[in-house]
Amino acid sequence: MSIGLVSAAYISAAILFILSLGGLSGQESAKRAVWYGIVGMGLAVLATVFGPGIANWFLILVSVAVGSLIGVYVAGRVQMTEMPQLVAALHSFVGLAAVFIGFNAELVMNMIVNLNAEGNTEALEALTGFAGTVAEKTSVELAILKVEVFLGVFIGAVTFTGSIVAFGKLAGKVTSKAEKLPGGHMLNAGAAALSLILLIVYMSTGGGWALVAMSLLAFFIGYHLIMGIGGADMPVVVSMLNSYSGWAAAAIGFSLGNDLLIVTGALVGSSGAILSYIMCKAMNRSFVSVILGGFGNTTGPAQEIDGEQIAIDADGVATALNEADSIIIIPGYGMAVAQAQQSVSELTRKLRAQGKTVRFAIHPVAGRLPGHMNVLLAEAKVPYDIVMEMDEINADFPSTDVAIVIGSNDIVNPAAQEDPNSPIAGMPVLECWKAKQVFVSKRGQGTGYSGIENPLFYKENTRMFYGDAKASLDSLLPKID
Amino acid sequence: MKGNIVKIGAPKEVEAGENRVAMTPDSATQLQKLGYDCVIETGAGAAAGFADADYEAAGVAVVKTAAALWKAADIIAKVRQPNATELKRLSDDKTLISFFNPAGNEAGMEAAKAKGANVIAMEMVPRISRAQKMDALSSMANIAGYRAVIEAGNNYGRFFTGQITAAGKVPPAKVLVVGAGVAGLAAIGTSTSLGAITYAFDVRPEVAEQVESMGAEFVYLDFEEAAQDGAASGGYASVSSPEFREAQLAKFRELAPEMDIVITTALIPNREAPELWTEDMVAAMKPGSVIVDLAAEKGGNCKLTVADEKIVTENGVTIIGYTDFPSRMASQASTLYSTNIRHMLTDLTPEKDGQINHDMEDDVIRGATVTYQGEITFPPPPPKIQAIAARPQAAKPRELTVEEKRAGEVAAFRTQTRNQVGMLGVGTALILLVGAVAPASFMSHFIVFVLAVFVGFQVIWGVAHSLHTPLMAVTNAISGIIILGALLQIGTGQWLVVTLATVSVLIASINIVGGFLVTRRMLAMFQKS
Repeated sequence: MSIGLVSAAYISAAILFILSLGGLSGQESAKRAVWYGIVGMGLAVLATVFGPGIANWFLILVSVAVGSLIGVYVAGRVQMTEMPQLVAALHSFVGLAAVFIGFNAELVMNMIVNLNAEGNTEALEALTGFAGTVAEKTSVELAILKVEVFLGVFIGAVTFTGSIVAFGKLAGKVTSKAEKLPGGHMLNAGAAALSLILLIVYMSTGGGWALVAMSLLAFFIGYHLIMGIGGADMPVVVSMLNSYSGWAAAAIGFSLGNDLLIVTGALVGSSGAILSYIMCKAMNRSFVSVILGGFGNTTGPAQEIDGEQIAIDADGVATALNEADSIIIIPGYGMAVAQAQQSVSELTRKLRAQGKTVRFAIHPVAGRLPGHMNVLLAEAKVPYDIVMEMDEINADFPSTDVAIVIGSNDIVNPAAQEDPNSPIAGMPVLECWKAKQVFVSKRGQGTGYSGIENPLFYKENTRMFYGDAKASLDSLLPKID
Repeated sequence: MKGNIVKIGAPKEVEAGENRVAMTPDSATQLQKLGYDCVIETGAGAAAGFADADYEAAGVAVVKTAAALWKAADIIAKVRQPNATELKRLSDDKTLISFFNPAGNEAGMEAAKAKGANVIAMEMVPRISRAQKMDALSSMANIAGYRAVIEAGNNYGRFFTGQITAAGKVPPAKVLVVGAGVAGLAAIGTSTSLGAITYAFDVRPEVAEQVESMGAEFVYLDFEEAAQDGAASGGYASVSSPEFREAQLAKFRELAPEMDIVITTALIPNREAPELWTEDMVAAMKPGSVIVDLAAEKGGNCKLTVADEKIVTENGVTIIGYTDFPSRMASQASTLYSTNIRHMLTDLTPEKDGQINHDMEDDVIRGATVTYQGEITFPPPPPKIQAIAARPQAAKPRELTVEEKRAGEVAAFRTQTRNQVGMLGVGTALILLVGAVAPASFMSHFIVFVLAVFVGFQVIWGVAHSLHTPLMAVTNAISGIIILGALLQIGTGQWLVVTLATVSVLIASINIVGGFLVTRRMLAMFQKS
């Protein structure tokens, strides 16, 4: 394929990617949007493979085939509740690939410098593909290339270890608490400053060791940065890493002079950034405070909570549900952990069959991934038109008979509105306590992920339905008639 | 003090038609627990259904005459404002607890002052939470409200509740209660529980919630004025503006022909009752309708009302102007009133030792005391505790006019424009800065980059919340585009480069295939009901 054809294919691919992201604005168009993405990717890969300057076909074929097989296997096997960790794991691959490609660019540059030094013009002219374009670069362009490579490797390395830690936290393999080494953010800042110095060293001496040393530092930053962020903030972290992986791809695109890489990387980068912004807004926290980790800045002691948590059994909940006309269910991460979405769906079906209004209220940061709850409910065949966003449904709680909270905590915490000293003060929450009755399905009396007391559990109209969410709901189902 | 044991006495009420008594056998038992002895005039409780024998059984000494009782007792508990004869019987070692109407009873206060007696006026108990248990006005108003509905029903020739019977359909009675104070709310509760359709009006819009909680419909006026906040005037209504009054009367005129029973309870402290139900409204009512004017004693909310009488107008509307509703339920009223008195004495006897401790520092006691040790102490200073936490006037969102809306939109548009132009300016400057140093080959890529970032921003805002997880999966798959970089390098001669590139292609493939397949799986699950 000629350069012209490759470029044409790249343009189509870029447009298809844009359509693909834009198509996700609605459930129906989203189904088409995925195909746009797949076709775009196929076009891009084929055009590159059959484009000029590509060799080692066998290796390409084998590695693509093996990679695809693994991809098919993973995608087929993953539980919907494990979605967040899968996405995090996949991000780490992009990060690692960016690091490798950056190293390669450095190696190629070295090779060309050596050839130039030997005066081997024959070999130089024989260079094709990437090496060929590098060989033609002027010194200014080479300097820029070095910055691009350096940036690409840095972002890629941070993405790589960051994603691995995020994966570990989401999968429960690493503690979900915010943990920092002594020195905290100063360590990160120091590492970043050192990286900057290494950039200067790398630019002036061209020493490959600086690049490697910087990678190690960036690996550390990625690890330490994400370790310092609590599990409850993981949705933001995952989308932030998503953004990083995009920027890494864009930086690599610059160093390779590939416009499609730049376009796609920028698309992914900006979309991830916006997603993080939307989520931070939903939690009423600044992006910086999320990234710097942990809940902080409390101005005084938390409000004392009066009263006690009153437990209720399945019979009590069933009676209330049978009498209720309107019900709102608020799912949270606890539902995902207990794999209770099928039971929730069954409960919804039974209640709807009796002519009751059943709706779901989804907080923007419910779960560990943006839209996590929607995916789980969709998997359990809950129709999406009864699944409402916070803003759509918050005003309806006062006219609701029963609100059922399944495994969520902070997103229904009235302290956000009532207690100015609460760490989550000002965060928009689902005002479920305004319903006539609230049932909270919860494993025990603990404070949950962020360790913040929840006055909801002590309200007069709240009853605690202790136990594993799935077991609780299953015991409830036969009692609904 | 005579001897050690202080005596509390209740005389027989001298006012004609007054059936209540200030002490019941039950309250006497409680008072004795405070360390007091109790005396009562013979026959004092008879009209309220409490015989002398009942009092004796409760350990109360019965004395034969009023004079003997006033002589024997150190603390006299009464219902009605004392008359001149009774006031003469006071002395400097006696305390009188009674309704006293201090605002309209200058002579009475002077007389009590001259005698040196301490007088506690029950209507002066401040309206604070702590004093509710001795708020005799409220307990009497409660009875009045209830009784007003019963009297109305007694004079109304139809059912309250709507019924469909074999003999035909009966429409429900429509009742309007004007003034939703204690009496009004009691009337609303009684009326709704009898089955009537009940409407209620009050100048204090904040009581609408209470009205609705009792099952009545609150009558709202189409009137724009900073509505008065009843909390600021100690929980009582105050005088409203002429415009407000007009709007109110217009609303009543509209309601008058429909209403079967109207109960007016509007009283403003220390003023003549406002005229709310005018003669033309009475004329507009259906024959057989009933008006109960609970404000009759203060001149009536309806000018046709004759105090203490029941009249029938020319068009057949009955107007009841009784002023003795509590007395008409003497047994109940006495029980509640004597309990109020007992609570007052409990506060006056903090040590429970049968000795009165007239603490003029106490808000409640100070507020209710009108003469103390030869001084007139009326009116009292304002209580230290706000009656009801005065609510700051909440700034109500004002309905914007069309012009204001347009002006707002224009202003918003301007700021938006300014912001956008500003951002564009800064962006352009930055790009120019880059362009000044970077070579052309870089700039061509840079244009593409900036445009792509821009498109990304524009596109993502529209993505639905519920699709954020698929969005992440898709962008994740798309970020596998990094495979292109690896593919471009895989043909380069060095073994290390080839190895790294191969690994990169492999893991990027996992990313692409896994990402897209998972997205498809997720999206396939979303379905409509």
